[in-house]
Amino acid sequence: MNLKLKVWRQSGASDKGKMVDYALSDISPDSSFLEMIDVLNMQLVEKGEEPVAFDHDCREGICGMCSMYINGQPHGPGDRVTTCQLHMRSFKDGDTITIEPWRASAFPVIKDLVVDRGAFDRIIQAGGYVSVNTSGNTQDANSIPIPKADADAAFDAATCIGCGACVAACKNASAMLFVSAKVSQLDLLPQGKVESKQRVLNMVAQMDKEGFGNCTNTGACEAECPKGISLENIARMNRLYLASEISAK
Amino acid sequence: MSVLNSNIPEGKMSEKWENYKEHIDLVNPANKRGIDVIVVGTGLAGASASATLGELGYNVKTFCFQDSPRRAHSIAAQGGINAAKNYQGDGDSVFRLFYDTVKGGDYRSREANVHRLAEVSGNIIDQCVAQGVPFAREYGGLLDNRSFGGVLVSRTFYAAGQTGQQLLLGAYSALSRQIAIGKVQMYNRHEMLDVVVVDGKARGIIARNLITGEIERHSAHAVVLASGGYGNVFFLSTNAMGSNVTASWKAYKRGAFFANPCYTQIHPTCIPRSGDHQSKLTLMSESLRNDGRIWVPLHKEDAEKVRNGSLKPTDIPEDRRDYYLERRYPAFGNLVPRDVASRAAKERCDAGFGVNKTGEAVYLDFASAIQRYGKVQARLHGIAESNTEEVTRLGKEVVKEKYGNLFEMYEKIVDQNPYETPMMIYPAVHYTMGGTWVDYNLMTTVNGLYAIGEANFSDHGANRLGASALMQGLADGYFVLPYTIGDYLAKEIRTGKIPTDLPEFVAAEKEVVDRINKFLNNKGSKPVDYFHKKLGKVMWDKVGMARNEQGLKEAIAEIQAIKEEFWSDVFVPGSDKGLNQELEKAGRVADFIELGELFAKDALNRKESCGGHFREEYQTAEGEALRDDKNFAYVAAWQYKGEGVEPEMHKEQLEFVEVELKTRSYK
Repeated sequence: MNLKLKVWRQSGASDKGKMVDYALSDISPDSSFLEMIDVLNMQLVEKGEEPVAFDHDCREGICGMCSMYINGQPHGPGDRVTTCQLHMRSFKDGDTITIEPWRASAFPVIKDLVVDRGAFDRIIQAGGYVSVNTSGNTQDANSIPIPKADADAAFDAATCIGCGACVAACKNASAMLFVSAKVSQLDLLPQGKVESKQRVLNMVAQMDKEGFGNCTNTGACEAECPKGISLENIARMNRLYLASEISAK
Repeated sequence: MSVLNSNIPEGKMSEKWENYKEHIDLVNPANKRGIDVIVVGTGLAGASASATLGELGYNVKTFCFQDSPRRAHSIAAQGGINAAKNYQGDGDSVFRLFYDTVKGGDYRSREANVHRLAEVSGNIIDQCVAQGVPFAREYGGLLDNRSFGGVLVSRTFYAAGQTGQQLLLGAYSALSRQIAIGKVQMYNRHEMLDVVVVDGKARGIIARNLITGEIERHSAHAVVLASGGYGNVFFLSTNAMGSNVTASWKAYKRGAFFANPCYTQIHPTCIPRSGDHQSKLTLMSESLRNDGRIWVPLHKEDAEKVRNGSLKPTDIPEDRRDYYLERRYPAFGNLVPRDVASRAAKERCDAGFGVNKTGEAVYLDFASAIQRYGKVQARLHGIAESNTEEVTRLGKEVVKEKYGNLFEMYEKIVDQNPYETPMMIYPAVHYTMGGTWVDYNLMTTVNGLYAIGEANFSDHGANRLGASALMQGLADGYFVLPYTIGDYLAKEIRTGKIPTDLPEFVAAEKEVVDRINKFLNNKGSKPVDYFHKKLGKVMWDKVGMARNEQGLKEAIAEIQAIKEEFWSDVFVPGSDKGLNQELEKAGRVADFIELGELFAKDALNRKESCGGHFREEYQTAEGEALRDDKNFAYVAAWQYKGEGVEPEMHKEQLEFVEVELKTRSYK
């Protein structure tokens, strides 16, 4: 395949950045999107130029590190795929492909396609856990039966990979899908329920502090989420937040 | 007398750990506040250790090279985690889990460590449930189990095909809680580039801030390496792109012995390579072998036609197929252990029967499973078995229910529909059982330097059983290290803060900076990946699934040549300031090259076949692995002796008290 690429290049946080054009030839349709970028980078290095910086690690769709905004979509075309699982056969010979970093003020660009998603870590630190020590002196794992439906729903919420596609997809750059997935997972389980009220207040406060936008129920986050995290989580968090705020006052 | 002291406590095997815990020194809470610990890596082992040490009251500094501790490669583990809970009442026990692990490791692991692992396994599940890890449950609300990897009980806990993800996020949440209260200082996007040893004790690390490029000195009273395995020495593996040996390798150069580097697990069911641009391999759960039948064409001319696209596998009749596992191992068939299945696939492909364009793939066929399940369903629905169309449709439904997500993943990557045409699979490097040598305390041969999880060597011998890696990572981090490190730190309460201006810190930093400058000023002609791929090819061809003396000697010479070429001709663009991913790779590949050489030397030294290590010279008449317990029931721990000097091998003799040594047979 022959391709034209338009890639966001930005040498550092303070640089203004711009789109740069590259041409690639002989790309195998069987290669993954990131392998196509590998080819580009190999060629840039061989020419003595700086390669395109991008985040990636597991390359099997689970670590959540890869994060490219491709032709106006987080993780590019295709349902429920991360950038690393997108394959070049999803494109046509001769296509022009535009590649940008996640765009959100809460995710500042570090270099080229690499952004800082530290805000997500700080939201989890604000309450995305159960406050038990890891002493091993907890009760037996089977002492509290949990209805299968609840356990399954908690699991579905817990499959979030923290990539930030929901934020990148949202016109308001809202992090509600990410935050609500963690709030829901822990609220659905008896072990997490104990702290649910304080948790949701703390996590939402941190989310606001980080500068994420508000949710207007557009649903772009759910549509672009590579793991199919459901909007129901946002509804659950809103209910919980309201109840917690009232009872806190 | 060996220089290695494994420090195994006295007493009966089943009482060692309890006795040990009762007699170690403790650090009082006020003193813990004055003690610093560094943890490198945030996978299951590193994240759980950091969280627990923080809870205990130590000041912890934790480092990871990813943008968040949640991304460590433990996250990619699919299958499950073993624990001797015996919830199914099927006869499981601590002893049975211990026994299975020692046997599965082909009798090359240390009994006392494995027994402790089995003892704490149940606690891991309690702990994870308390943290809100959503394990799979039955309709009654209790935890579900499945069986795994050829053992006789159902002891594996799981969360769909994402068990590693859920466990890691549990440990990450515990870690986050400690970061929030300031007991753990987290250094994301930092890479450890050296360990600093002062007066024979590990006292800190040199790290590079990957964003600013700054070189930093960090001191502590103990350093814990939880930096994972080194499968990427093969270039292509199921490891994450960033997984590397650098932390372990720097420790090796500072005096920590490296044990059994040649023990590698090659997983049989991975998606084959499609071409030269491939950057990594994807694993598919070995549960597929429960229903898939593995075959290649019986005749070379058919294989040739399949490869050039003129013959479809579905058009090859039964009598022109070779179900080679069923032929060679009638008792276990397609369910032989990982090492055996992998070698058999390689043997057929090497003989010219491979089925994709690279010639390195075999079929995993669900057609007979579809028919078998379809006929059962047809009977249940009162449909005639002769109605093949309906039988096939019903059969596909059953297969979809069992393996739907894996089939989907396969189709995404390969672009073929495995319900209609057989899957193609090939073995790939997956896990490394070898690693930094540690004693019973998980301490390396450098005082105050610890290694936990996949980074150490002790629990899996020469072959790891499925669902045991997650168990070991969390056992080390939550339940073992927090005790054993306390025994050492109890002697450090009067030490006071370690200054970072000691000459050892200055010297280590200078070495790191010099090396970075060397990369950047080299101005050679080839990118780092060129050398990594070249190294990977030598490793795979000559130090991979089957090894022999001649090949290993050639590999050693070839790797030495690659090393020379690398240092004279590598090109690293950019500067040391700011994010420079090529520079990061250069450091990692330089270390992989050196590890590769030691790896081959270890394989050459081990003149027997055991677990994942197969020497062609040492096999039975039927081509099975031939262990030599008389001469090789030892751990080979390698000591670095300086640049250009042969490393020295030390033996830790393995004694088997509880488990009798036997030959594994799957005929």
